Amino acid sequence: MSLAINLKKFLVIIFAGVALTACATQVKKQTGMMQGDVYTGTETVEYLATGVKDRVFFATNKSVLTTASRDTLRKQAAYMRKQGDLTFSIEGHADERGTREYNLALGERRANAVKDYLMTYGISGNRLSVISYGKERPVNSGSDPLAWSQNRRSVTVKAN
Amino acid sequence: MKKLILVIFYVFIFNSSAIALVEVDITRGNLNPLPIAVSPLYIESGSKDLKEGDKVIKNVGARISEIVEANFRRSGLFNPLKKDSFVQKPDIAHVKPRFEDWRLIKAQALVTGKVTVSDDKLRVEFRLWDVVAAKEMIALAFSTTPGNWRRVAHIISDKIYQRLTGEEGYFDTRIIYVSETGKKTQRYKKLAIMDQDGANVKYLTLGNELVLTPRFSPKNQLVTYLSYFRNLPRVYLLDIETGVQEVVGDFPGMTFAPRFSPDGKKIIMSFAKDGNSDIYTMDMSTRVVEKITDHTSIDTSPSYSPDGKYICFNSDRSGLQQIYVMRSDGSNVKRITFGKGLYGTPVWSPRGDLIAFTKVHKSRFYIGVMRPDGSGERLLTENFYQEAPSWSPNGRVLIFYRETKSDSEGKGFSAKLWSIDLTGYNERLIETETDGSDPSWSSLLSK
Repeated sequence: MSLAINLKKFLVIIFAGVALTACATQVKKQTGMMQGDVYTGTETVEYLATGVKDRVFFATNKSVLTTASRDTLRKQAAYMRKQGDLTFSIEGHADERGTREYNLALGERRANAVKDYLMTYGISGNRLSVISYGKERPVNSGSDPLAWSQNRRSVTVKAN
Repeated sequence: MKKLILVIFYVFIFNSSAIALVEVDITRGNLNPLPIAVSPLYIESGSKDLKEGDKVIKNVGARISEIVEANFRRSGLFNPLKKDSFVQKPDIAHVKPRFEDWRLIKAQALVTGKVTVSDDKLRVEFRLWDVVAAKEMIALAFSTTPGNWRRVAHIISDKIYQRLTGEEGYFDTRIIYVSETGKKTQRYKKLAIMDQDGANVKYLTLGNELVLTPRFSPKNQLVTYLSYFRNLPRVYLLDIETGVQEVVGDFPGMTFAPRFSPDGKKIIMSFAKDGNSDIYTMDMSTRVVEKITDHTSIDTSPSYSPDGKYICFNSDRSGLQQIYVMRSDGSNVKRITFGKGLYGTPVWSPRGDLIAFTKVHKSRFYIGVMRPDGSGERLLTENFYQEAPSWSPNGRVLIFYRETKSDSEGKGFSAKLWSIDLTGYNERLIETETDGSDPSWSSLLSK
């Protein structure tokens, strides 16, 4: 028992030390989760099935799919082929740094970029609906570049 | 709405021959607001209590004068003087002011009045006096139902504003906006409507579905907005009087960014299909839908010029968001913004001479105005985030919304309505019960 408590204390001290040294590289670590300004981390990501991420991320004002995004979407397409009776909704989102109406259009464009890509991998358009939420449904409430990068996203959700 | 229209009796004749010495210089902003004394309107003896439902409104004359004062103060053009310095009784002043007394407290204009309440009628009479020239400038009387007492105060404010500035007023108006509650990742949004001064707030939807961007018809009883009813984002039409809502058109995808044409007959909006947003109109009586822009870019936020001949809108056809102007049939598209940064939400002034917009530059947001050819850009206010200006019906004031920064828990976040004078002076927070966004100003209710 006392050994466990001691261990805990010890761990706390170690963590404190790590945290202190990490401070200096904090900014760098954040940008480490972005390539350009596209989020590359997994903090907000959920999974449709094992190894099948539910979302892809975009650069500011862009709807271009990155290499990583295309990789994710090919896995989504493979999953969809296996689950032939499922339909999906593709939700396009924008960050809070744009005007509301333009962001609605941008979210729609992003969701369609995803839909088009899935269709080129053999998924019927009838199984894929598209909805834009613009900047209305952020996943991260923060007002900082990392939060914004997590919010510029398209999320594939099961619709039935 | 028709029931609300006041019957206006011109009891006295405009004293138009008098050349007023008092006038408000409105071209230079509010550096020297005009000192004005608004005497409490006195209640005529034998008057009944004014009832609003079961509630008795006490001192309705004083209440009306307070509303007039608050309107004037908010306009930034007037400086309403403190009532404790007034030396003349309201009833005596209304008959014949002792101008030297009012001059002593530095008033240049004086408002006096009288209120009579009978069972089903409220009669309000007021006079505007030029203290410097010792002359009467206006004398008017209104009769209406007692429930309209606030509106009477706003109409009096409009008459005085017009007489002293030479411009139409904007006080007898309403604002529709989106009321916001809840955490940032899951905001609940309802349509809300209030008087221009924040009174009489009513919620028009329940908050079950997301609603955005309400805009008034120039005829006032109709509002067009975006609703996510049944998770299908579509443009809707709402009759404020009857509460009846209907979807606008039958589009196989998202419609958004709606506005009325100046004659109120058409709705102009964007329709998004396959990642491409174009601008369409729908005639509400014939239901005829017309495609106005046809481009692979995002075309949105359309707004008509007041004569209906032109449309300004937002497009990223150059690669980034910029403002364009075209003829209302979609021909002759011209880009008008070439400054540094992005430009969005163009909205044509009711006077026709300016377009208000949101500008984003180096991660700062600006509300500004420019001429319809893109010249004469003037930025009125800068902030972390603000957008969506809407004009007062006289083209003098802009209302918009502003959001604040927050941390990853959403702490610090707020959305509030603000107004600013066209000169860039007199920026003001508009108090609302809840957070608010997407404000839209009605035209004058009584015209």
